[in-house]
Amino acid sequence: MYKYDEYDQSIVDARVEEFRDQVQRRLAGQLTEDQFKPLRLMNGLYLQLHAYMLRVAVPYGTLNGRQMRLLAHIARTYDRGYGHFTTRQNIQYNWIKLADAPDILAELAKAEMHAIQTSGNCIRNISSDQFAGAAADEVTDPRPWAELLRQWSTFHPEFTYLPRKFKIAVIAADEDRAAMRLHDIGLQITRRDGILGARVFVGGGMGRTPMIAPEIRDFVPADQLLSYLEAALRVYNRYGRRDNIYKARIKILVHEIGADRYRDEVELEFAQVLTLGIDPPAAELARISAMFAPPAFDAVPSVPHELAAHDPDFAIWRTQNVSAHKQPGYAIVTVSLKPIGGIPGDASADQINVMADLAERYSHDELRVTHAQNIVLPHVREADLYAVWQALADAGLAEANLDLISDIIACPGLDYCSLANARSIPLAQKIATRFAPRQQDLGELKLKISGCINACGHHHAGHIGILGVDRKGTENYQLLLGGSGAEDVSLGKITGPGFDEDGIVDAIERVADRYVAERSEGERFLDTYRRIGMQPFKEAIYG
Amino acid sequence: MKILTGNDLATGDVIWWSGAAWSRHVEDAADVADQGEAIARAEEGARRVTGAYVIDATQTPDGPRPAHIKDRIRALGPTVRPDLTLKPADPAAGSWVI
Repeated sequence: MYKYDEYDQSIVDARVEEFRDQVQRRLAGQLTEDQFKPLRLMNGLYLQLHAYMLRVAVPYGTLNGRQMRLLAHIARTYDRGYGHFTTRQNIQYNWIKLADAPDILAELAKAEMHAIQTSGNCIRNISSDQFAGAAADEVTDPRPWAELLRQWSTFHPEFTYLPRKFKIAVIAADEDRAAMRLHDIGLQITRRDGILGARVFVGGGMGRTPMIAPEIRDFVPADQLLSYLEAALRVYNRYGRRDNIYKARIKILVHEIGADRYRDEVELEFAQVLTLGIDPPAAELARISAMFAPPAFDAVPSVPHELAAHDPDFAIWRTQNVSAHKQPGYAIVTVSLKPIGGIPGDASADQINVMADLAERYSHDELRVTHAQNIVLPHVREADLYAVWQALADAGLAEANLDLISDIIACPGLDYCSLANARSIPLAQKIATRFAPRQQDLGELKLKISGCINACGHHHAGHIGILGVDRKGTENYQLLLGGSGAEDVSLGKITGPGFDEDGIVDAIERVADRYVAERSEGERFLDTYRRIGMQPFKEAIYG
Repeated sequence: MKILTGNDLATGDVIWWSGAAWSRHVEDAADVADQGEAIARAEEGARRVTGAYVIDATQTPDGPRPAHIKDRIRALGPTVRPDLTLKPADPAAGSWVI
């Protein structure tokens, strides 16, 4: 894992003291709310439906046990005993007091954490593949590149006041586990003729105008990547619209001027930026990469899967929530934060501590937060899987539902969010409860719920997506089918008129039944939808 | 009726203008008629509230009920965590929201 150097630590510490002073001045009346709001947002502090909400950054979703334990401590000491893991691989707390916020940031800083780049029109926390460093299919570990981008983007003076927020994802495998092409910039680290570099996709995003990012460059050599990204951001900063918040994201710019012209503009700027020498020397890249060296894996044999058969519940979990590791004898565990009938992404302080313990004992002290609001233990010996599962089960964390219909992404919705139009969580609870008995039969089926058009719940990318809207003061839900955030990326299409809370659950049941009736052997819901199209599902839903 | 709500500047708690002070309980909210904006400005200036705004509500035997579900959720707490609402012991509290 990356370790802060003196520069990292000093800027984070300085930021804490700066914010402490700002909070004191706000409470003393020396700053108005209009003056204070942008300052608190730059430190991840929102004013939400019930209280202040603090969003803590988890750069590229990577944590160690000590950091995870600190998150539990904050939940218990400053909040109400739990935290909510988000679709940006961060964690947020819903009940923060303004006067406590500087102390929380100070505690975070001691564990090399912060809340910078979790709000505002800057380059946000860089996201990445939760299986990075463990996945059998990756070209290289993408996290050194994500860390490089973190350092480049943090307090970048030119990109602190962009037209709108800016999200970057970095992956290094053909399988996209990070919804890479639904980001403002998506990078796929790849190798060409033995040289490391990146495919660059620009102009993706969800929100009210969902777009899949087109490929803007098929290869940028790694030693020119920062220059290229600097150019890509400069073009956006220059031409991106600032007159209309709804048209200010880079996806609108790329769409309006076209990918070809955007590409040409970036190339012109790139030629200029290259002369500035902003790319780091090889030694700096090597310094960062060394901190992401693989842990000291033991030479252990693979454990045959059949050994799980002695405990059927473990066997199901082993099949559903454990993924292949690149190191023989090891496995990747995804801890579901989606108990049937529970709140997607929420974890109590006790549960967070359990996961920290398991990381330290069984996973080389590493955890990852996934954009699907789960937690990963990336380096678990296969021989330890049963012990890990038992500990998770004791903590209520052993739901065997990864990528099944109850593994629902849901934004906080109207229960917590001041922007939301409808509640997301109760719907997720009803759907999970209704479909849990048949979820294994339904197979991979990614269901995602947003409580408003801002799409924090990624509804556009759901095999089944749900969008909550306000219809004359009452909650109403639109149904979408056919989205995907994976390497087969696509945007869901609305089926037709919306439903009330019970109606949407019934509609999904009709969709599921039609899928079961129409599917070919081994065919996922998404593949059936793509093969037969929307019409049979519309007929099933609306008659 | 019109009632005035906002968040306590220091704690972030949802609060309601009772006519002379702020209360965490919507049952205490007073009808501010056309005075809401002026009260909000004065109270924000005194640093007792932030983000204050006026909403429509209906007077009921149990007190004012905000017209919009968003403000009813603000008044009670998250519907999915009854234990964290202002009425954790009242199983019927959620139906007041919906």
